[in-house]
Amino acid sequence: MTQGKGEALGIAEGAKRAEGEAGNSPSLSYMEAFANPTLGRRLLSAIAREAATQRDYYLMEFCGGHTHALCKHGLLPLLPPNLHMVHGPGCPVCVLPAGRIQQALALLEAREVVLCSFGDMLRVPGSRGHSLLSARAQGADVRMVLGPTQALKLAQALPQREVVFFAVGFETTTPPTALALRQAKHMGLKNFSVLCNHVLTPPAMRGIWEAFRGAEGARLDAMVAPGHVTTVIGYKAFEEIAEAFGVPTCVAGFEPLDLLNAIYALVCQLNRGQARLENGFARAATREGNLHAQQLMREVFEVCAGFEWRGLGHLPHSALRIAPPYAAWDAQAKWQLPCPPIADHPACCCAKVLLGQKTPPQCPLFAKACTPASPLGACMVSPEGACSAYYGYAQGLPLAAPGEAATAATFSSLKGERGEVE
Amino acid sequence: MKPLDWKHGHVEMNHGAGGRAMAQLVEAFVEAFDNPLLAAQEDCATFAAPQGRMALSTDAFVVSPLFFPGGDIGKLAVCGTVNDIAMGGARPLYLSASFILEEGFALSALRKIVDSMAHTAKEAGVRIVAGDTKVVERHKADGMFVVSTGIGEVVTPLVLGASQVKPGDAVVLSGSIGEHGIALLSARELLGFEAQVHSDCACLHGLVAAMLDSGAQLRFMRDATRGGVAAVLNELAKAAGLGMVIEASAIAVSKPVAAACALLGMEPLEVANEGKLVAICAPEDAPRLLKAMRSHPLGEKAALIGRVEEGPKGQVAMQLALGSYRVVPWPLGEQLPRIC
Repeated sequence: MTQGKGEALGIAEGAKRAEGEAGNSPSLSYMEAFANPTLGRRLLSAIAREAATQRDYYLMEFCGGHTHALCKHGLLPLLPPNLHMVHGPGCPVCVLPAGRIQQALALLEAREVVLCSFGDMLRVPGSRGHSLLSARAQGADVRMVLGPTQALKLAQALPQREVVFFAVGFETTTPPTALALRQAKHMGLKNFSVLCNHVLTPPAMRGIWEAFRGAEGARLDAMVAPGHVTTVIGYKAFEEIAEAFGVPTCVAGFEPLDLLNAIYALVCQLNRGQARLENGFARAATREGNLHAQQLMREVFEVCAGFEWRGLGHLPHSALRIAPPYAAWDAQAKWQLPCPPIADHPACCCAKVLLGQKTPPQCPLFAKACTPASPLGACMVSPEGACSAYYGYAQGLPLAAPGEAATAATFSSLKGERGEVE
Repeated sequence: MKPLDWKHGHVEMNHGAGGRAMAQLVEAFVEAFDNPLLAAQEDCATFAAPQGRMALSTDAFVVSPLFFPGGDIGKLAVCGTVNDIAMGGARPLYLSASFILEEGFALSALRKIVDSMAHTAKEAGVRIVAGDTKVVERHKADGMFVVSTGIGEVVTPLVLGASQVKPGDAVVLSGSIGEHGIALLSARELLGFEAQVHSDCACLHGLVAAMLDSGAQLRFMRDATRGGVAAVLNELAKAAGLGMVIEASAIAVSKPVAAACALLGMEPLEVANEGKLVAICAPEDAPRLLKAMRSHPLGEKAALIGRVEEGPKGQVAMQLALGSYRVVPWPLGEQLPRIC
């Protein structure tokens, strides 16, 4: 197994040691161990040393969960000015074309179905700003669920109603959908179906590298690969991409140390002219992944010829559809739903943001016409979308200069006061 | 007329129809809430008004489920109303309680809730002196809803409110956050695991009395319910036209709450509490305020979490573990309907 650079630095041991030290204080968890500020500062100085060169570094974090974590933990302002994080398309809500929302809205209009989906899916605008949430306000039966099993239970509880699960997501959310479909078939549950919009990470990552290869002026040097997806599909797929495109790639978890470790590993590779896959999420991800989940996905789904990604356009073999033995539970096959092409708002820069060609604040709609409360573009909808993450966590804060931030007030005096009382 | 079957019986339409059936139900409430003002069963309760200012607050409770780890809708109604009164620097005196019951609701559950309300009110030293009962058809309400109004006597000469808050003031939080919201989620079986989290649902007027007695120059108090601490701080920053900086490491989050939030992608600062308050006081008074709070059982983990700044106006920033800052966003707030 390829070791992440962070492991060479002793990050994993350090985290374990921190965990051991916490023996006396049971409140420290594994989660906190990977957020240890002492180790974080050590990694930040290692990154600063390694990136102290004449060149710029452009790293993409593919996954929206990583974008969210970078903003939430305030890591972006701590990186050297010549190191740029490009926020990738790994947010299932963001890359879903508006036509797919329209498809669900049309289904709600034509039939009295109960449509279930994840919370952030409900706010995504289809055409003319209509969303599943606005359809609900107008009387449609739209329900928020935390997963397909809940939708399946609902179908059992409401035998008179047609329950449709609007499935979105990468390989992480696909196995639960597969499981729900298999259970529905096993139970002979006829009033449950799935509107399948599951997409695949490796073809999208290939699409990104191809797009950057062809794009004038756009630059990308290395990739942070999504840790959660890797636990399912294994890092073999990313190894192939790293090799095929000659690009440094590092799998990362979602805690601050995971991200800093991956950034450090990638800068090291770039400085040494290497281009290989490193597994920086060794505590959960393996080369082969979760074989049981993969088998389940192969049984229930098959790869489509292609899928229209918001921002990335048509990518071959980049999505899943429900396999013929499960056709009776495929909402698409059941009702022959058309998927009309719908143009994004003309001024919306989501497509460019998803390709890392623009940062969210460079979009003319950002924080003006487009906010999380009334999103115009998909990247503003999900908390994993780059626009939403910037809006929520960095609005008004100068991202690049934390030391001089307007809010960096005199905390020392405050701490003095705390010192007095404790 | 047959006596009510509190064990196996159900709410029927005639329990809200003003006849003898309703009288039976009302009788049970009067007995449970046990005070002469209610026992008189007049159209209104009359009482002598204290000198000076009074506080009045009203709240509707639609929590789902009705019973959750650490409480139930009855306890929540008393605590929620008492807390709103207490945040105005007032000593809560009297409550009213209106019940909207769904036809078919189990009388045994109703009994439990009413007893819980009576118990919580007794402990808090407030009396439920007025009430009303309505019954709606099956499927027109979810078991039961409670609407409660409280009245209290303002016991401090301090003027409290967003307009009193000044740059440099200290921001104080009374304890660990997010427990009510996570307890409710686990009760709704959405978590997929048994969280060892109990709602922090509690009456805070005793803690507030200790805070007022400390002599600290308090400027503002609010209980951090829906939208959590993030909502309180953002509301205050907006209303006061000031900024705010808090420190992540100063905010107590229990391990199970942190784990549940990480799993569900939730931000503890945005999760509801029912027994926590945010207070703003003059910076020089923070030590004695904290001392007073920590000597009260509901304020043991009270902490100074930040300070009020001149700007950016309306913005709450948080200093993170590695020293950088981020904004604490205003919660969007539709993820968790019906938490109180």
